[in-house]
Amino acid sequence: MADRPFLGVDRMSLALPAKLLRLNWALVLLLAVVAGIGLAMLYSAANGHWQPWAGKQAIRFGVAVCIMVAAAVVDIRVWLRLAYPIYALVLLLLVGVELRGAVGMGAQRWIDLGFIQLQPSELMKIAMVLALARYFHALDLDRVGKLWRLLPPALMVAAPAALVLKQPDLGTALMLLLGGAAMFFLAGVRWWVFAGVAAAAGGAFPLVWRHLRDYQKARITSFLDPDSDPLGAGYHSLQSKIAIGSGGEFGKGFMAGTQAHLNFLPEKQTDFIFTMFAEEFGLVGGLTLLALYLVIFVYGFAIAFSSRNNFGRLLALGVTTNFALYVFINIAMVMGLIPVVGVPLPLVSYGGTAMLTIMLGFGLMMSVYIHRDARIGRFGPED
Amino acid sequence: MKRRDQDKSRLLTRRAAMIGAAQGAVLATLAGRLYYLQVVEADRYTTMADENRIGVRLIAPRRGLILDRFGVRMADNRPTYRVVMVPEQARDIEATLDAVASLIPMTEQDRRRVLRDARRRHSFVPLSLRDDLSWDEMARIEVNTLELPGVSVEQALIRDYPFGALASHIVGYVAAVSEQELTGDPVLELPDFRIGKSGVEKEYDIDLRGVAGSKEVEVNALGRVVRELDRDDGKPGLDTVLAIDMAMQDFITRRLAGLQSAATVLMDAWTGEVLALVSVPSYDPSGFAAGVTETQWRAWQSDPYRPLIDKAIAGTYAPGSTFKPVVALAALAAGAITPETRIDCSGVFRLGDAEFHCWKHAGHGPLVLRDAIKHSCDVFFFETAHRAGIDNIAAMARRLGIGDQTGIDLPGEARGLMPTTDWKLRVTGVKWQGGDTISAGIGQGYDTATPLQLCVMAARLVTNRAVVPRILRQDGVVAAGAAPHGGGDPGFDFLDIPAPHLNVVLDGMRAVVNEPGGTAFAERIADPGMAMGGKSGTSQVRHISAAERERGVRRNMDLPWKERDHALFIAFAPADTPRYVCATVVEHGGTTGGGGSAVAAPICRDILREVQQRDPARRVPDKPFTVAQAAGKV
Repeated sequence: MADRPFLGVDRMSLALPAKLLRLNWALVLLLAVVAGIGLAMLYSAANGHWQPWAGKQAIRFGVAVCIMVAAAVVDIRVWLRLAYPIYALVLLLLVGVELRGAVGMGAQRWIDLGFIQLQPSELMKIAMVLALARYFHALDLDRVGKLWRLLPPALMVAAPAALVLKQPDLGTALMLLLGGAAMFFLAGVRWWVFAGVAAAAGGAFPLVWRHLRDYQKARITSFLDPDSDPLGAGYHSLQSKIAIGSGGEFGKGFMAGTQAHLNFLPEKQTDFIFTMFAEEFGLVGGLTLLALYLVIFVYGFAIAFSSRNNFGRLLALGVTTNFALYVFINIAMVMGLIPVVGVPLPLVSYGGTAMLTIMLGFGLMMSVYIHRDARIGRFGPED
Repeated sequence: MKRRDQDKSRLLTRRAAMIGAAQGAVLATLAGRLYYLQVVEADRYTTMADENRIGVRLIAPRRGLILDRFGVRMADNRPTYRVVMVPEQARDIEATLDAVASLIPMTEQDRRRVLRDARRRHSFVPLSLRDDLSWDEMARIEVNTLELPGVSVEQALIRDYPFGALASHIVGYVAAVSEQELTGDPVLELPDFRIGKSGVEKEYDIDLRGVAGSKEVEVNALGRVVRELDRDDGKPGLDTVLAIDMAMQDFITRRLAGLQSAATVLMDAWTGEVLALVSVPSYDPSGFAAGVTETQWRAWQSDPYRPLIDKAIAGTYAPGSTFKPVVALAALAAGAITPETRIDCSGVFRLGDAEFHCWKHAGHGPLVLRDAIKHSCDVFFFETAHRAGIDNIAAMARRLGIGDQTGIDLPGEARGLMPTTDWKLRVTGVKWQGGDTISAGIGQGYDTATPLQLCVMAARLVTNRAVVPRILRQDGVVAAGAAPHGGGDPGFDFLDIPAPHLNVVLDGMRAVVNEPGGTAFAERIADPGMAMGGKSGTSQVRHISAAERERGVRRNMDLPWKERDHALFIAFAPADTPRYVCATVVEHGGTTGGGGSAVAAPICRDILREVQQRDPARRVPDKPFTVAQAAGKV
């Protein structure tokens, strides 16, 4: 056991340069293109200035790429081993900020790391996928049928979701729940379990409704009847639709979106950045961005199926689904298809933690790709 | 083990395919939605985006100036700063008002007005929160505009009356548009829009207003104007030139100063131009543009000398003996007397049981018309009126401008009253009595006339034309420097009163002032070529009972001011070739309680001497009249 190097991974089959060569550079390029679109929009949002958003975001993307590559070269088996500890650590952070938020009376739900303000709730999206992939990797197909076997992973989803909902951050809670559900689904949990949970959720809705904040209720009612309060809760949604619609087929031109630049559009640098993009570049731009996202999804699936181990597949699919949820919820929201919830557009919206989380996710995905040939037994690398 | 792995792998593949398909479906839905918004609904949203960003702002036109006949500014526009708020951009009006009130003093009255207007007016029309900001207040607002959406500081023009009370009855004043005056024209809803409420400001309001312009501006979400897209300046209001000569207006105002209540009209007899129109006391109209306080308004309303009333056109007085020329011309026209008819004045005239006394109890003896006018013999005119009959008198009065509005271009003119037999039966239900005619013969009884009507009567007497008074300068009628009578035709109808009749009356009126024994001989103008003619009048306000006469309560000054006789005088000058006519009424004889010849005649004398020296109908003065020269507040 003298050559047993790091965390019990005994067969470091590849050296670092070889790993870097196996890195999926086309995907890196694709991510850079989407991030570049984001930088351009942030530059436009500041009326043609790098300050205050575009410059900072560019640096973050650079740092995030480094973190991604670092995560990619770490052996997939190391990630398997670290899955539960990472989850536990992030959950601890989440509880920590929740407590501090409750004590300090403020709404500060982040940890200041200097270059970013780290939100544990964002990191949890990846940590949860990691932990669930680890759990379901080990779970025999027969045992998936047993309900009590589903209890631990259900808690892994429910605990952070409840904490996040209490913050209150409806968007992140929704993403955790949907992301978790996707993992359950991929793991082969029976259809009737989902049906039962859905029915229970429907039954519990009045209870949840009572615990929603007024502004959250207003967002939902204004979504159901957008004209009820055009200057109030429905304002963001309406202005966003006006911006997108008035962009037309080819858009108003770079830095020429009236809705965005005259401030009719709220949060144009964060949650509503797709609106600004669609206003300035029109249907052509919007569809192009959607197509880029589609290519990224396809890459994710391709990587998942290239993996020879179940953990890698689940991890890659989970990361891809998580990424897709960001895209879907954000774009559906800005186009008025679902109520307004705080979910950023991945790689494009201004914000550090989301960028870090997403790039970390892609790092894990690339680790799956690099170590696609690794065989991992049900109970870990030693098996 | 191997088989299990294969099963697991196959299941994962199947489930992953489902998830992939679902993601594809969602992506397709998003693409479809994008197409719907940007292609199908594009036009609707483009319109909405433009409605968001493009605002139309009305531009109030500059109100026309009001100038006197020589261009002296009687009403001007002065720049001022004020805070305005566009309600639709401010959203929470109450909170905005609180925020503004924390920066600059605002009264509860301002606040109520803004809240009321915000409910009633278009929400895109800016409302004025406070006018007349100081530099300091303006700076405080400007610094904080970022926190005050929809609020901005604007420069506006406020109406200014440089002469204050000196010409307020003529110029009138402007004030904020009242709810009843809103016509739906958005320009009326502009915060600085003022409309004329009285005087020339009201009469020529439409001309003075001009045409509102508009500008299209791009605004951001806070309502701040980002840039101007299009602009139409509209048309400024027309400057209005009045016939008034401010120097004469000032002179007369000074001359009347000290009297409790009096009015004078000075006209160019040939053009109808009103050169001065004075009513004292007066009021300062400057406050109206910004809003008059309630206490000030109540003080004006309850003042016994009625400063708000323009007595020159709205005060009605029994004309007294100034009415005698009308009776004379009516009798001459009816053939009831001739210029040679002699009537003996014994001091009393009897009609049935009634006795009517001449002011000269001893009597004037036998008199012809000319001398009866000169001495203002009452008995002569009792007899003359009796012979002519009231309906002939009324007809002549109307020809000379008494009994109906003169048609001056000013609002609020009174009609006065010229009774007829029909009128009395209709209004009182009692038949006209012979005694009524006797009273009417000396301008007492039912007759009333305004100072303006008396002045118009004088103008018609000296021109034999149906002169209509005009407050506007009559351009091109009489050129500067033209000889009297030599100007263009003012276009008034010929009255067709026989010249011999007019001549004898005018001759009598010249004698009143210029011959010893005339009632106003003491007030003649000695300057060569400037002599005037005129007729005095002293009219009773109350009926003196026989019992009072017995007791001897006859002295005017023994009565309370309100019951004393009015003093009147009408005059024309120069005596031989009349150009200027003037009428003065001093309510209740002024401070001395004197009659027309003692109190009103010297005023007309001074005015006519001054106006002939200045000669504003024919000469442009070397130096324009200035505010500094003016009499100040009256």
